[in-house]
Amino acid sequence: MSIKDDDVILRVENLKKHFMPHQGLLQSLSGKPKKLIKAVDGVSFSIRRGEIFGLIGESGSGKTTTGKLVMKLIEPTSGKMIFNGEDVTQTDKARTQAYRRQVQMIFQDPYASMNPRFKIRDVLQEPLIIHKIEGDQAKHEEMIIKSLTEVKLNPPVEFMGRYPHMLSGGQRQRVATARTLILNPMMLVADEPVSMIDLSTRAEILHMMKDVQRDLGLTYLYITHDLSTARYFTDRIAVMYLGKIVEMGPANEIIDEPLHPYTKALISAVPEPETGKVDLIKELPISGEIPSPANVPPGCRFHTRCPYAKLECSAEAEPELMDAGNGHYHACRRWKEI
Amino acid sequence: MDTILEVKNLRLYYHTSKGVVKALDNVSFNLKKGETLGLVGESGCGKTTTGVALLRMPSPPGRIEEGSQIVVDGRDIMPLSDKQIRKDVRWEEVAMVFQGAMNCLTPVYTIGKQMMETLQEHRDMDKVQAAELIKEYLNLVGMPPEVMNRYPHELSGGMKQRIVIATALFLKPKIVILDEPTTALDVIVQAQIINLLKKLKKTFDLSFIFITHDLALEAEVCDRICVMYAGKIAELGTNAQIYGKQGPMHPYTEKLLQATPLLKKKVDTLSFIPGAPPDLIDPPKGCRFNPRCHKVMDKCREEEPPLLEIEPGHMVACWRCVK
Ligand SMILES: Nc1ncnc2c1ncn2[C@@H]1O[C@H](COP(=O)(O)OP(=O)(O)O)[C@@H](O)[C@H]1O
Ligand SMILES: Nc1ncnc2c1ncn2[C@@H]1O[C@H](COP(=O)(O)OP(=O)(O)O)[C@@H](O)[C@H]1O
Ligand code: SF4
Ligand SMILES: [Mg+2]
Ligand SMILES: [Mg+2]
Repeated sequence: MSIKDDDVILRVENLKKHFMPHQGLLQSLSGKPKKLIKAVDGVSFSIRRGEIFGLIGESGSGKTTTGKLVMKLIEPTSGKMIFNGEDVTQTDKARTQAYRRQVQMIFQDPYASMNPRFKIRDVLQEPLIIHKIEGDQAKHEEMIIKSLTEVKLNPPVEFMGRYPHMLSGGQRQRVATARTLILNPMMLVADEPVSMIDLSTRAEILHMMKDVQRDLGLTYLYITHDLSTARYFTDRIAVMYLGKIVEMGPANEIIDEPLHPYTKALISAVPEPETGKVDLIKELPISGEIPSPANVPPGCRFHTRCPYAKLECSAEAEPELMDAGNGHYHACRRWKEI
Repeated sequence: MDTILEVKNLRLYYHTSKGVVKALDNVSFNLKKGETLGLVGESGCGKTTTGVALLRMPSPPGRIEEGSQIVVDGRDIMPLSDKQIRKDVRWEEVAMVFQGAMNCLTPVYTIGKQMMETLQEHRDMDKVQAAELIKEYLNLVGMPPEVMNRYPHELSGGMKQRIVIATALFLKPKIVILDEPTTALDVIVQAQIINLLKKLKKTFDLSFIFITHDLALEAEVCDRICVMYAGKIAELGTNAQIYGKQGPMHPYTEKLLQATPLLKKKVDTLSFIPGAPPDLIDPPKGCRFNPRCHKVMDKCREEEPPLLEIEPGHMVACWRCVK
């Protein structure tokens, strides 16, 4: 099942970001070839209009770098990005500025991104001023009230007069979301928006973000290492490992019927409240830790940790994403046998 | 099972310039030999404070108040002098893996040097003996001896946590308090560390107090669970009593569980607890949870509910459970 072009808001094609490592003087004198850090190493996906697309994986898998590429905060080494039918890989300053209005970022720590001496009114007006949104104070005020209403901070006028420190963690994340909504974006990129937040507040924020998404028909790219929130929050999931997507498909299918050994390992590692398992040592179908992106293993990049790896997995070319039907993609050559 | 730790009427207050923070108010529980007891609750509920109280090491301006009892392996440690505590309780009988300790390793020293220092501080040992012991412990936590020559920045989070765990076990404590030992780690590394802890517990015959805000994780490691709210125990029960079919009895535990997204169970909405835990300088009158409780009654706003045993081994502090 391929996705119709009209339905796609963002298409990313074979996107790569290779970083040059920092080198000490001795190393550069020794003339050893530099090893590129392949943080993102050929990633392709399409995000549909109005969906929540999850990018998951362990830390170091390249999620944040992918998010930064999508936000156009960094330049790709190669590859293409098509937004709303337009190639936005290379853009001039004006277009980049406009793009950043259409694609907004939600930060991990909303408190750190707010000036503590600003009242909420000023926090929300700031992006209007930065992006030179026309209108007098009354017009701006109207927009501020509208965005606060969208995130259910009622009554908005009362919140406008408060300072960030007077709000609860959940309310601050609401303000942070209102600040992105005020520019009428089409898509939001949220990189671990709740991973530093307490349990009950976390649920409140995810709940709020989902409501906003439904009410306004927004598209989200949700980046996380937490599979449980991804299952609750997303429509589709792409699983990243060491710079590449190894599995992608509908969220429920990825979690209930994973095909790739890496996804299977991730899922089996998640603790679940199920009594009677205390003290049992869990069988983990994976060993070791994620290798460095400066030393990507040959062949299937997962073969060094994969319990099903055969000689062919390391010797032959890396498997590309294959469709197993129903838009469920995976990159494991042995998927039928395991 | 024998009791290795008994805590009675523990009160730890922080005497700040703004007022007295009643971080622990009459907390009582016990820990059996070989058991893992979980402490859960939102941040600010007093979990870490409980941990440091058991080491008799409150961070300033904290003070363990008169009348508190902490009985470790049959001996009340409250009357002991600081010197005695250092000599035979802290690290010797009760050890703690602090939250974020893996990020507090000294960056300029090798792992070997740091471990050596800890060991020589407490034990009369020459370098050779100490190095042998360090290697033995590294092996126990699944690390090669070469790690001794590495610096913290050369290690992954999971490896650093293994070092911290090995160091906590050096002096052969009986009780180990683990404060959010896997919160900063990825799921696979978390599972590896949890497996390691379960193995070490058997090898060394340890008893654990496991602190986390993750109820799903708690369910997988703890024999019993103690749910804390605003410096008090809200509910304490066996794993089956809290996570079993009947479910928990305290509205706070109930909501915490409903706010935990589960991997295997797709839900349409997560419920959450509005507001935040109260300021412990001036906690709410009556039940401390009453301003946020979905089952609140008039009585809850007036009188504090006692912690009562509603079935064998299951304690709840809620007026709804008082028949
Ligand atoms: N500016 C940079 N220079 C060098 N390496 C980088 C840079 N940014 C990220 N990396 C490396 O790229 C890999 C992927 O990082 P990141 O995208 O942050 O992953 P994730 O968000 O999945 O944890 C990591 O190994 C990281 O150290
Ligand atoms: N050193 C301190 N000085 C003053 N108050 C403190 C100190 N440490 C903790 N507290 C307060 O004590 C309460 C319990 O904190 P803590 O034990 O850290 O909770 P938890 O570990 O459950 O997050 C909180 O209200 C916190 O603000
Ligand atoms: S391709 Fe081979 S090594 Fe890679 S995941 Fe599949 S079986 Fe394992
Ligand atoms: Mg990241
Ligand atoms: Mg704590």
